[in-house]
Amino acid sequence: MKQDTALPDRVLDPAGDGIIRDRVVRTIYSHAEYIAARTVKPADTRRVDWDGKIDDILTSRWLGFPVMMALLGAVIWLTVAGANVPSELIASALFRVQDWLAGLFVRAGLPSWAEGFFVHGVYRTLAWVVSVMLPPMAIFFPLFTLLEDLGYLPRVAFNLDNFFKRAGAHGKQSLTMSMGFGCNAAGVIACRIIESPRERIIAILTNVFVPCNGRFPTLITLSSVFMGGMAATAYGVAAAAAAVAGMVLAGLWVTLVTSRVLSKTLLRGMPSSFTLELPPYRKPQVGRILVRSIMDRTVFVLGRAVTVAAPAGGIVWLLANIRVGEMSVIGLLAGTLEPFGRALGLDGHILTAFILGLPANEIVLPILIMSYLSTGSMASLDSLEALRVLLVEDHGWTWITALCTMLFSLLHFPCATTLLTIRQETKSLKWTLTAALIPLAAACLVCFTVAQAARALGLC
Amino acid sequence: MLSDRLPTEGIRKKFNITKKSSGQKVVALAGNPNTGKSTIFNALTGLRQHTGNWPGKTVIQTRGTFSYGGSSYILVDLPGTYSLLASSADEQAARDFLCFAQPDATVAVADATCLERNLNLVLQVMEITSRVVVCVNLIDEARRKKISIDLEELSAQLGVPVVATAARSGLGIAELKERIHQVAFGKLTTNPRRLVYDPEIEEAVSCLEHSLKALIPPGVNSRWLSLRILEGDRTVLDAMREYSSKISYGREPAVETGHCPAGSRA
Repeated sequence: MKQDTALPDRVLDPAGDGIIRDRVVRTIYSHAEYIAARTVKPADTRRVDWDGKIDDILTSRWLGFPVMMALLGAVIWLTVAGANVPSELIASALFRVQDWLAGLFVRAGLPSWAEGFFVHGVYRTLAWVVSVMLPPMAIFFPLFTLLEDLGYLPRVAFNLDNFFKRAGAHGKQSLTMSMGFGCNAAGVIACRIIESPRERIIAILTNVFVPCNGRFPTLITLSSVFMGGMAATAYGVAAAAAAVAGMVLAGLWVTLVTSRVLSKTLLRGMPSSFTLELPPYRKPQVGRILVRSIMDRTVFVLGRAVTVAAPAGGIVWLLANIRVGEMSVIGLLAGTLEPFGRALGLDGHILTAFILGLPANEIVLPILIMSYLSTGSMASLDSLEALRVLLVEDHGWTWITALCTMLFSLLHFPCATTLLTIRQETKSLKWTLTAALIPLAAACLVCFTVAQAARALGLC
Repeated sequence: MLSDRLPTEGIRKKFNITKKSSGQKVVALAGNPNTGKSTIFNALTGLRQHTGNWPGKTVIQTRGTFSYGGSSYILVDLPGTYSLLASSADEQAARDFLCFAQPDATVAVADATCLERNLNLVLQVMEITSRVVVCVNLIDEARRKKISIDLEELSAQLGVPVVATAARSGLGIAELKERIHQVAFGKLTTNPRRLVYDPEIEEAVSCLEHSLKALIPPGVNSRWLSLRILEGDRTVLDAMREYSSKISYGREPAVETGHCPAGSRA
């Protein structure tokens, strides 16, 4: 009788030793083995297992990481080298349209504020966003989709698994980070693939450290101007690409450090294990890659940027042109933030641009330029050289300013869309706020350290 | 008229599956990740797709429709999983759908280049539902790798129809549709391979099953549920509460053991 009452306890005990499940699984596996032995004639074992050989290299202890770095470098190099010329072509074409539009406004007898708002505010911001973003995206996305289609991303996850495990995070986080390259909101949604709630939150909170498409062009533009000497020579292109790749690595490093700190403090726990299958390499379907990366990614991201940039451009023009006493509103804001900006190696205008750029990171650089132009003398900006003159000669940028701006862009709070997505995915205001504050703190800390160190060493 | 009142329709609605007409059949698509499952899904449904969430889970649910042989089908893409035993959100969504929504046919997609590994999931799917069509996908890749598969023998061993496909090029999709049609309309009766466990487990299962039958909707696989309860899987109890009107909310389903012969043990 004793045994009768013992059964339900045992049956409903989830902390049981799993003996029954082991037996069940063993039975299932033995059936699968039996059936496979009778139905599958394996490939001739003398045949070379290419997949295995390639995996031995791509995921090897010593070569895995260098190969990964080389591929990252190559993708970024192609993007930087290829984006420059089309960017300038698009820019000069779009700015010619700007002149024509301005003429149209004048001939129609419209007031000058209308011309300013629509042409110098809305249109110019749009032109900037399109000419700066479109070429790098049209190169980066197909290359990235190609690596995805070949089956390389799971190998990246395999290589990085150990790092994430040591940081107390989930190995799949490298996959959600990869999604973040396109858009951090997409990366946050991708965190659904992580089952453990603790590790999912870690992945969500740190996803912003991957430079998304809104920030990639900013990084590329600034590295081309400052690190690559206008990327005019092959050496300059390589230096600019190295700077951008360095930013991506810095983002990875901050991700690991933050994950580790989180898993020791707010989100204490052990990393859970998972099965990572390395799928066979497949021949990429080039046509489909082009369609998918251009239609689904490039057009989608650009469309989103354009819808945010148009109204934001108008609003920023108003802020730059509505005067309170002697100063424009944006000038006042910049003046207030100036001391904070200086401490971080930036200036008040740069900090203002990041704050006003909350709706979308794509518009940070256009806002900054407009804010500079409202106080400067230049009327239009259609080349990298013009940008260099504006930043260096009119506003005293050094390469430390550029480096700090790039670091701040890499690490600062996520854009509004991403924050809303985090709110949706975590259903928690607390985590949403944390997701904004952690990156902000990281950005301030890193920029402050870099700026002060550079000053102490007399580098600027 | 009558079919609308079947309790299964109510349960299916809980999974966001609403039929357009009473004749429409519900087909599930199961398989390991990286087996070309979504390529099969696209090949079957084309652009007639909708995405949403699995109710109560942050797992994406993709549904689509297709027509074949004058009938219409709703195809539900289950999350790609390696098993239906552990309890990640993905696996729960997949097995709850198979067990409680009782699809009229289930396509189990397997990768021809590593069939043995994939058969584990196929066997688990067949343990929940008998109306299964096995789709051995990436057959072109297997042929290129000089792996040959005896499809007839595989079908005989599994006891369900087997179709070889290369979804990227569309090979075998027509035959797959035909098999789905036959299974969904009961024109082809399957005889799925039965997994028999150790005598001890079998004895415990049969007595659990006996008391379980009264608590679950008709047609739901009591043997499979008993096995999971025996393993100590609490998520299955939650699912039973969710999808069975006979168990009131918040109460542990009472599993009586009075029917068990004295001396039986887990």
